[in-house]
Amino acid sequence: MKPAAFTFQRPTELSEALAAYAANPGAKILAGGQSLIPLMSMRLTTVSELIDINGIGELSFIEASEAGVRFGALARHAELHAHEEARRVQPMLHAALSHVAHATIRNRGTTVGSIVHADASGEMPVVLTLLGGTLTVASTEGRREIAADDLFIGPLETALESGEIAVEAFVPALPARHGIAFDEIARRHGDYALCGLGVVLGLTEDGGIESVRAGYISVTETPIVVDLTECFPDGIDASSLVAAGEKALEQLEPEGDIHASAEYRAQLARTLTARVITAAHADAKARLFQEVTA
Amino acid sequence: MTTKMMGEPVARVEDDRLVTGRGRYADDLAPEALEMAVLRSPHAHARIVSIDVDAVLDVAGVHAVYTYEDLEGALAEPLPLLIPHPNLTHGRTQYALAKDEVNYVGEAIAIVIADNRYLAEDAVGLIEVQYEFLPPVVGIDAARAAENLVHDDVPGNVAATMEQSFGDPEADIGGAPHRLTFDLEIERSACMPMEGRGTVARWDPDLKRMSVWSSTQTSTGVRAAVATKLGLDLSQVDVITPDVGGGFGVKIVHPWPEEVLVPMAAKVLGRPVKFTEDRREHFISSAHERGQQQHIDVGFDDDGRILGLSVQFWHDNGAYTPYGLIVPIITSTQLIGPYKLPSYRVVFQSLYTNTVIVTPYRGAGRPQGVFAMERTMDAIAAYLGKDRTEVREVNFIQPDEFPYAHGELSFQDGRPLIYDSGNYPEMMRKAKALVDWDEFEKVRDEARAEGRKVGIGIACYVEGTGVGPYEGGHVQIETSGKVKVSTGLTTQGQGHETAFAQIVADELGVRFEDIQVVTGDTRRSPYSVGTFASRAAVMSGSAVALAARAAKAKALRLAADALEVDVDDLEIVDGIVRVKGAPASQIALGTLAVLSNPLRYAFDEASRAATQFAVGDPTKPPVAEDDEPGLEGKDYYSPMRSTFASGIHIVIVETDPETAEVSILKYAVVHDCGTLINPRIVEGQVHGGVAQGVGGALYERMAYDETGQLQNASFMDFLMPYVTEVPESIEIDHLETPSPLNPLGLKGAGEAGVIPGAAAFASAIEDAENFTITSMPISPSELYALRLSKATDTATERTNT
Amino acid sequence: MTMSPTTAEPVETIRLRVNGVTHEAQVPPRRLLSDALRHDLGLTGTHVGCEHGVCGACTILVDGQPMRSCLMFAVSAQDYELTTVEGLTRPDGSLGPVQQAFKDCHGLQCGFCTPGFITTITAGIAENPDPDRAEARDMISGNLCRCTGYQNIVASVLRAAEIQREDAQNGDGEEQGR
Repeated sequence: MKPAAFTFQRPTELSEALAAYAANPGAKILAGGQSLIPLMSMRLTTVSELIDINGIGELSFIEASEAGVRFGALARHAELHAHEEARRVQPMLHAALSHVAHATIRNRGTTVGSIVHADASGEMPVVLTLLGGTLTVASTEGRREIAADDLFIGPLETALESGEIAVEAFVPALPARHGIAFDEIARRHGDYALCGLGVVLGLTEDGGIESVRAGYISVTETPIVVDLTECFPDGIDASSLVAAGEKALEQLEPEGDIHASAEYRAQLARTLTARVITAAHADAKARLFQEVTA
Repeated sequence: MTTKMMGEPVARVEDDRLVTGRGRYADDLAPEALEMAVLRSPHAHARIVSIDVDAVLDVAGVHAVYTYEDLEGALAEPLPLLIPHPNLTHGRTQYALAKDEVNYVGEAIAIVIADNRYLAEDAVGLIEVQYEFLPPVVGIDAARAAENLVHDDVPGNVAATMEQSFGDPEADIGGAPHRLTFDLEIERSACMPMEGRGTVARWDPDLKRMSVWSSTQTSTGVRAAVATKLGLDLSQVDVITPDVGGGFGVKIVHPWPEEVLVPMAAKVLGRPVKFTEDRREHFISSAHERGQQQHIDVGFDDDGRILGLSVQFWHDNGAYTPYGLIVPIITSTQLIGPYKLPSYRVVFQSLYTNTVIVTPYRGAGRPQGVFAMERTMDAIAAYLGKDRTEVREVNFIQPDEFPYAHGELSFQDGRPLIYDSGNYPEMMRKAKALVDWDEFEKVRDEARAEGRKVGIGIACYVEGTGVGPYEGGHVQIETSGKVKVSTGLTTQGQGHETAFAQIVADELGVRFEDIQVVTGDTRRSPYSVGTFASRAAVMSGSAVALAARAAKAKALRLAADALEVDVDDLEIVDGIVRVKGAPASQIALGTLAVLSNPLRYAFDEASRAATQFAVGDPTKPPVAEDDEPGLEGKDYYSPMRSTFASGIHIVIVETDPETAEVSILKYAVVHDCGTLINPRIVEGQVHGGVAQGVGGALYERMAYDETGQLQNASFMDFLMPYVTEVPESIEIDHLETPSPLNPLGLKGAGEAGVIPGAAAFASAIEDAENFTITSMPISPSELYALRLSKATDTATERTNT
Repeated sequence: MTMSPTTAEPVETIRLRVNGVTHEAQVPPRRLLSDALRHDLGLTGTHVGCEHGVCGACTILVDGQPMRSCLMFAVSAQDYELTTVEGLTRPDGSLGPVQQAFKDCHGLQCGFCTPGFITTITAGIAENPDPDRAEARDMISGNLCRCTGYQNIVASVLRAAEIQREDAQNGDGEEQGR
């Protein structure tokens, strides 16, 4: 289990990296490498050239403002997870990052890297989509922003074009009167989820349900967000939660594998739909109470 | 003696080097060695049409490439069938490198030796093999159906059929008031030590000597195999076991193809060569275990007393049978557990499949046997509406019935199945007390009222441990007074350096700190068998005790001469021989060691005292006729038969009503391994076994697809428990029923923890869910599927008559 | 068949700072950090259990944070202070707090996974000097052990924290894990 040979560059300026990538679009970008390196070691991926961007200081930042959280391509999962201000502005980040692999992997792995890996079993692609975030990519031609909805175009496939490097991502702040919850079920703690779910739930000023959006993990081939608002015309109760689960399943495509049958994944989607919406509802009410009393 | 060491939770002497990174495991050795990579079959069943290595020949850094064509002499013969058995009528073993045909994904086809592993893997990728595909046989159903054959010349895929019985079970079952028949299934798992296999070899052309370091459970076995395969004299081969990163059974198999190919390459190339197995290789080219299908037919009376038991099972032995029939024989005999059976018949077939070989994994067939018997006990209890512990108790062998022979059954060592000692009713009393068994019904009912599902499960086992044929011990007292102990079997984490030193300290009367133990080095102990079957403490523990007694006898004899007293008046305390009641009259063991070796030449202060003008009675020869120089003791322990440890596990689980996830609320163990040498080490063995039991019950399986590809050959997808999956605590109570078969009353403890795991969890989940569990391991997905099928179909698997 | 070796692949000179000492090595870019530590620097205390980042045996401290050395390339590790199990003894060579705790609590059997646990726990108790049992379990939840069933490793975490606190009280808390 040793990687095949490759040539290696370690630029310290983004412009160098972009030039190198432009010169060899077959190269791969190395940020955290926590998904890429095992694939290389198993020789499931071969790389002719590796451009290590870890020396590019400008990509290593996290900025939280009232608008939202912006983080660079070298922001490690652990740094974003521990960032108090980011957690205050958009609590979904912290909630979801708690479920990304194990702590040791989070110390090296990057959130932007996880997003562009575009694995529908990963937490962060779905979170970016659920939160309506954007990814900024750069090339020698310049920079552009890609909305999450336009980013994930197929299984493990993004809208990044040849020579483009993902340099930062942005997720908007959690709006007022909104709450979040995230949960997933894995075979072992830290494994990829058999099914996972993040929910952003908005309340009306008088505490009714304004919106319920749910992002599902491991039950589709590409990240998916389902709007379940219509299931809760009269608030949240046992039967509306059941209905929401069934409604969500209409858009999900759970598949069976060695760890779980399709039926079981569907059951997890149902169960998590009820559990996580309930938790998000409680979170929204708590935040609304804080906002009112603040 | 001042401080008794036996029975004390002594801290391990191994730990200082291991916690500071100074351990020496196989891959840590010989940094200058060339490294080997193996081309392995990507297909489960195929004929090899051609192998083209031309592309490798020019690769920089590559030193050699070998295929079957390059093997000579005994190396070109199939690898040995280690444990032949008359019933193994169609035993087959693989070649070190595949000849004409491959029979599992992972079978070795070619090797490359290069400057390093990276380059070796590059070169392996350049070898081109043309295959002609053959239909693969995967799983027991396919093997039994025998529409395709693994080996052309093995009809029905049947390697062996074996039957053993006593009494007349058909008549007893037919005549019994009640009868149940049902089918059970248990899937494959594997040892998965954290360190894979590894071998380093160095050929010394000046001495004409081969040194091999291998991560093995048997250094003498590897030595014999290397000598045979390479055409060397046994005396030209040394095998040394370095620190070994876990074994759990898989490293008893020998020689692995790599274990003979590495020395071969080292000899040809005149350079040290190393093979370090990677994790994927460990999954697809070492060994697995457990997979069986079972059919149970039992007759019993109104009290639940078994009147007759008939078991038929089908054992998946993988593509080859290097380890013979050991696993199914153990299943078939240890299935009986702590119970008295008036009559018993067991018939098994050992079947070939195009999958990795099956050889013992900790427990070695017992988890399957215990599963069969304990599922039977639970089925009887459910049928009669009785408490599950009562049904077990009514069948227990009683303490006054030992030694207890199970008819004429013979055990894995070919000797009669006779239990030496035990106290099963007391064990049950302790086990029930640990979990408040009688109160659980209330707990379960209260939980159900809250919409929760909790259940309690129990499993009992008896484990034959310390199988022969023998082990040896050598105890040498040096002139410094330090004591060097050697035994030939190997160590994979069991703390032998500590436990055997404890034994010698007590036997010899020397300080624990002055004793150094070496295991698994054929230069020190050329005669030995190996570490398996929970035998190290029993076999080598007994052997080093006997050797220490021999050394002590000689020391006392020399001291009696020197001090001019009677041997019976002497004692040894902290390495000093002294006269009882007159401790001022004394002589140190180190001094006796000097005196024991009459010298012509002095080389230091101590030896001056032993030179010819310093000591000796001129009227006698310096070394008496019946004596030999040196203060040493050597002895071997060879028991008549195995000693039988026992235990009971009880687990309480909660199953999630929606997600069918299983969480462990409590895990309790009562364990009887006879006299304890080091209770801390024994508890550690139990903890580790329980965790593997949890893995085998709830998480681990080898997921082959129908083409014979192992779909989960990584730690990502083969779900070994992390700390988050094991019980938060394990309650342990010991019972010490000494074995009458060996000098210290020892029974083995190594495997016990894992044995009843699957059975106990099945029992607990069944209790929580209120439907029958017949197949393990069980995942939440499978439990959910069972719930759905039970909801629509209330018919039971058991045919009640 | 055998052949004479010509030259192997291109290498570059790297500097790795490990346990406070700067080492130089010639490695190809694909050399995994775990292999460089073990085979180029001779620091074989770091073990390789799976080479795909799951088992944690190869865990080392990178600027004090536990990371998998099998999931980094040596050429990428030149900017950091690396600490391996060899660097966690006290300055006088005696056992450091976590090492001592593993010995005290029988937290190891075969010892193969142990270095990865020791580095992980060293960072863990630096961040949380007084973990409770649940936090101790969480601290080690990304490392596999096949021997111990983890019971005594959890105990070792608690004991290590205790030793570290005693050290701090006695004023002899020499800097561990640079």
